Amino acid sequence: MSATIEIRRDPVNCSGQDPAVLLRMFRKMLQAREFEEQLYYLFLTTAMPGTMHQAVGQEAVAVGVVSALNADDTITSTHRGHAHCVAKDVPLNEMMAEMFAKREGSCRGMGGSMHLTDFSKGMLGAFAIVGSGIPIATGAALSARVRNSGQVAVSFFGDGAVNEGIFHEALNMAALWKLPAIYIIENNQYALSMTVEESSAVPNLASRACAYGMPDRRVDGNDVVAVYDATCEAVERARAGDGPTLIEALTYRIRGHARFEAAGYRPEEEVEAWKAADPIERLAAGMIAAGAASADELNRIREEAESAIEDAIEYAQTCTDVEAEDYLAYITAEN
Amino acid sequence: MRQLGLSAAIREGIIQEMRADDSVILLGEDVGKFGGAFHVTHDMLDEFGANRVWDTPISEAGFTGLGIGAALTGLRPIVEYQYLDFIFCAMDQVVNQAAKIRLMSGGRAKVPLVLRGPQGATGRGAQHSQSIEAYMMHTPGMKVVMPATPFDAKGLIISAIRDDNPVLFVEHKLLYGAASPGGGKALSDSAIQAIGMDVPEEPYAIPLGSADVKRQGSDVTIIATLLMLHRSLTVAAQLAEQGISVEVIDPRSLVPLDVDTIAASVAKTNHVVVVSEDTSRAGVAAELVATINDHCFYDLEAPVQRVAAVDTPIPFGPAAERHVIPQVDDIRAAAYRALSD
Ligand SMILES: Cc1ncc(C[n+]2csc(CCOP(=O)(O)OP(=O)(O)O)c2C)c(N)n1
Ligand SMILES: [Mg+2]
Repeated sequence: MSATIEIRRDPVNCSGQDPAVLLRMFRKMLQAREFEEQLYYLFLTTAMPGTMHQAVGQEAVAVGVVSALNADDTITSTHRGHAHCVAKDVPLNEMMAEMFAKREGSCRGMGGSMHLTDFSKGMLGAFAIVGSGIPIATGAALSARVRNSGQVAVSFFGDGAVNEGIFHEALNMAALWKLPAIYIIENNQYALSMTVEESSAVPNLASRACAYGMPDRRVDGNDVVAVYDATCEAVERARAGDGPTLIEALTYRIRGHARFEAAGYRPEEEVEAWKAADPIERLAAGMIAAGAASADELNRIREEAESAIEDAIEYAQTCTDVEAEDYLAYITAEN
Repeated sequence: MRQLGLSAAIREGIIQEMRADDSVILLGEDVGKFGGAFHVTHDMLDEFGANRVWDTPISEAGFTGLGIGAALTGLRPIVEYQYLDFIFCAMDQVVNQAAKIRLMSGGRAKVPLVLRGPQGATGRGAQHSQSIEAYMMHTPGMKVVMPATPFDAKGLIISAIRDDNPVLFVEHKLLYGAASPGGGKALSDSAIQAIGMDVPEEPYAIPLGSADVKRQGSDVTIIATLLMLHRSLTVAAQLAEQGISVEVIDPRSLVPLDVDTIAASVAKTNHVVVVSEDTSRAGVAAELVATINDHCFYDLEAPVQRVAAVDTPIPFGPAAERHVIPQVDDIRAAAYRALSD
């Protein structure tokens, strides 16, 4: 556990925030949570193929960041990508169908949990080689510059990814050319079993930006409004042509690394302390305190999120299984 | 005799070499405290300490290079990749550095380095499923070792560690076996045979470049590695019931390759099937076909049959993955084709 990270449990400060934005963020975080909670049971009880990595407890990062973007801005994601997709409005039905390896899935059943992609939503892909999405988002930012599209590109990646050389190569080019890129370190304090202190010489990961003359921010990643505000500033800078920003969002992976991984390397008290700092409940408390929503309204949104996921599961189960030769159509593009 | 699973056998071989030789060290992600993603390095940190078991950051290019530097200066590092797909992050260090340093130094330098990790398609999509041995087989300077049974794995890892060259040691996720320390839900495949599980406790070395005839036969030779060896043995048992006698050969290392054992078998059966889980084009099976044509052409009564994965990234959907990867039925059909001429 990082001695330097304060675990905050106070309500998110929602004063001055647009209630519509807050409501959207609350809904999206719940959808992401419920999606993964149900996946867990599906993996336990049915023949859901493959593996998956849950972002339970980290939803405020995905949702806070994406809420600051336009629909046509682009993101890249990781092996732990479900929440990014939900935040970016990838249809829940298609996400769930992909998990079940159905033809109607967002990747036609070819990608699975670790490779969810939806170009119509600016979701450029989930890359399961740690760090590999970082230069790809940077390329999307370069493309936005070349095409003069005004788009911003965001790369999500974990605390473990900053130790891949490609992180440094990409950030240097982005800063050198002032590309409209935003880098989000989802610092959930572990890369599988390894703590940040065990793998990074300087555990303040945001500080790496200074080597590239890039502005950086370190935010409470369980405070969706703090994440949102920091991202809004970065988006403004990017769109103004002032270049990239590195944001380190401090959060926690409540579940094991993947599927049934028990995470025995973490002290139980640490997990419990972070469970009590749940980003969804902190937002709910903040919204009620700020008068942005009533408890009843929030409860209704909770129920809606649950039924949206139930519907997605029902939908996915009616879809068509991938057939043996489907992939032959997807190996190379036809000109 | 005592029975071990594949990962336990590799683990025992590594531990015995580390006890015998202080220059053997481990580098890799989660190899220490966590004991390795597939438990191969379980408890090694406790026994050997942090000066010999290095839990690295996620920096494949970096820690591969560290392994090379340590190898050049008197150590025998074993580098683990959590999945062999990730070795591509380190390809410059492997292909341009580790494999070339010996020649570039005019034979003055040596790089006693083991690069090991699991591969194989197990429903995890294109970036966690690939078979990588053909890339390394194509890289002069590298040796490539492919253990399919626990007995072989222990003897081969010991030889790999003692070898003065960079060795890729390929493990298959589906072969790790339930007996792995640390347990967990074992992946499995119905074709996997309980063979070679009697593993002697004392250290022993199986020389690289020595193939093993896993089943004697006289009608057709099947050459296969890793999971495909097990599927081929399943085919051999099926065909035996039809009166077809199949010889099954496991090369155990692709570089060096034991051509003599293969040629002797071909001289006897005159019909050959080669099977590999990697993709077909410019792959392991292609190289084996060419080698057999070079050495055994006049012993052949029919074209050598090649069975390999379809030339595609591995798709996620189970039916599609199954279609891409050679199955028992594909190998059996190839054996019939080999015999039909
Ligand atoms: C290049 C590469 N190396 C190793 C892995 C295996 N692996 C998958 S996730 C992971 C930990 C990643 O940690 P982090 O970047 O902090 O992301 P988190 O899992 O915490 O979301 C590792 C080592 C991989 N997928 N890719
Ligand atoms: Mg992490």
